[in-house]
Amino acid sequence: MTFYAQNALNGLAYGSLLFMIAAGFTLIFGLMRIVNIAQTAFFLIGAYIGLMLLHAGVPFWIAAALAGAAVMAAGLLIYRVFLHRYHADELTALLLTLGFALMLDDLALAAWGGDPQSVPPPPAFASSVQLGPLVFPAYWLTLIVLSALVAAGLRLLERRTMLGAVIRAGVDDEEMTRGLGINIDRAFYVVFALGAFLAGAGGVLGSPITGAYPGLDGDLLPLAFAVIIIGGIGSLEGAYVGSLIIGLVSTFGKALFPELSYFTIFVPVAAIMALRPQGLLGRKR
Amino acid sequence: MTAALLDVTEVHTYYGDSHVLRGVSLAAAAGAVTALLGRNGMGKTTLIRSVIGFTPPRRGTVRVRGEEVQRLSSHEIARRGVGLVPQGRRIFPSLTVEEQLRIASRPGGAWSLDGVYDLFPRLRERRRHFGGQLSGGEQQMLAIGRALMTNPAVLLMDEPSEGLAPLVVRGLRDTIARLRDTGLAVLLVEQNLPLALDVADTCYILSRGRVVHHGPAADLARDERIRALHLGV
Repeated sequence: MTFYAQNALNGLAYGSLLFMIAAGFTLIFGLMRIVNIAQTAFFLIGAYIGLMLLHAGVPFWIAAALAGAAVMAAGLLIYRVFLHRYHADELTALLLTLGFALMLDDLALAAWGGDPQSVPPPPAFASSVQLGPLVFPAYWLTLIVLSALVAAGLRLLERRTMLGAVIRAGVDDEEMTRGLGINIDRAFYVVFALGAFLAGAGGVLGSPITGAYPGLDGDLLPLAFAVIIIGGIGSLEGAYVGSLIIGLVSTFGKALFPELSYFTIFVPVAAIMALRPQGLLGRKR
Repeated sequence: MTAALLDVTEVHTYYGDSHVLRGVSLAAAAGAVTALLGRNGMGKTTLIRSVIGFTPPRRGTVRVRGEEVQRLSSHEIARRGVGLVPQGRRIFPSLTVEEQLRIASRPGGAWSLDGVYDLFPRLRERRRHFGGQLSGGEQQMLAIGRALMTNPAVLLMDEPSEGLAPLVVRGLRDTIARLRDTGLAVLLVEQNLPLALDVADTCYILSRGRVVHHGPAADLARDERIRALHLGV
């Protein structure tokens, strides 16, 4: 019982950090049709920048915000200079983001070396919480709550604001949105920036769990894909639910069948693709 | 003749290698309905797409209120005063009625949310419903209301009567007449010939990407020969 409860919480925490990557992934694809392979590289760069700031004595939460802002700036530059003109050309855009993912990965290796680094959680949350026989790291709970708040905030943005309405219109029918005099390109920038910020800040927030090491981005990428396929491409709610599912499946998979950990992740993915190709909460196209 | 709000001159438009519009010229004047007729596949919708910039012409000019717009992007053309009621209506399924009107809103003209709701009280009742939940007639009201929210000078209407019940078409006819009376230049693409001839002042007939007839709607209503030749009725 303790084993399951412990792993369930671990899985939810892991899923919560996956959501920080998947949210941008699904929003960017839903609106712009760009598969941003670099999204997990943004996470890794965010983690390293955060680590640097922590070593310089910057408080954890501020480091997360600053790392998010730095990654957002880099992401916007990449979008402005390269991706923007290819957004109607899905394959070229995908290859470009793959190229940037590899470059960022190498850059991280050159800048921060190959040794895995562990990242301490913020001191106020470094303690453990005792619940009967269970002992939870307080930071896991914090991350679960924080990610749920981010999901709720994004949902409000999407459902309750004019920007959200413009984004939904762009997803429904981009050409018609332009035909109403709406400069949808502005929404593209906002969404790409938001996705990069969440991944970069998520890198700091998630690093007490994942650590920071070269190749972390490559390890996370298949999980991010699995999240999107299960939840439904373009759906925020889907990304949240999918993140938690993949977090749980991957954690239990590693605990129960360590030699089959990828297999256990892609069983639900294959099932979804066979039975409900649009994903749990995605729309049919 | 009053100056045209929309002036299309010698426009050539292609889909890839396919030469669809072969030098089309037409004008739409303020406070008038200009009908664009022709059989299917003759280039009527392509002309609408050329004006709004979805499929920009390769040659020729499009002027809105005297200003050349054919090199601008669609959202800039729309902001110069072109409202679009597209073929198939293209309502956004995941936006509510009111959201669709609000995102299109460009203040500074006669039309506002209340004005559109007064024109179509049905939309006010349905304002919290999503686009996908509307009937065909309601969708058409929303498509027109959405275009009006941009406060256009020129209103492009591409087959607005398509798929509507006869009673609803009669309401549509009255709406078009009212909009004309507000001073809009309405360019109306229609398959429904009685509707077009009833409401239009001037008619153009397109055939194989060229204007083959141009004249007052009343003349076309009398001239069975031209109707038979170009419209197959």
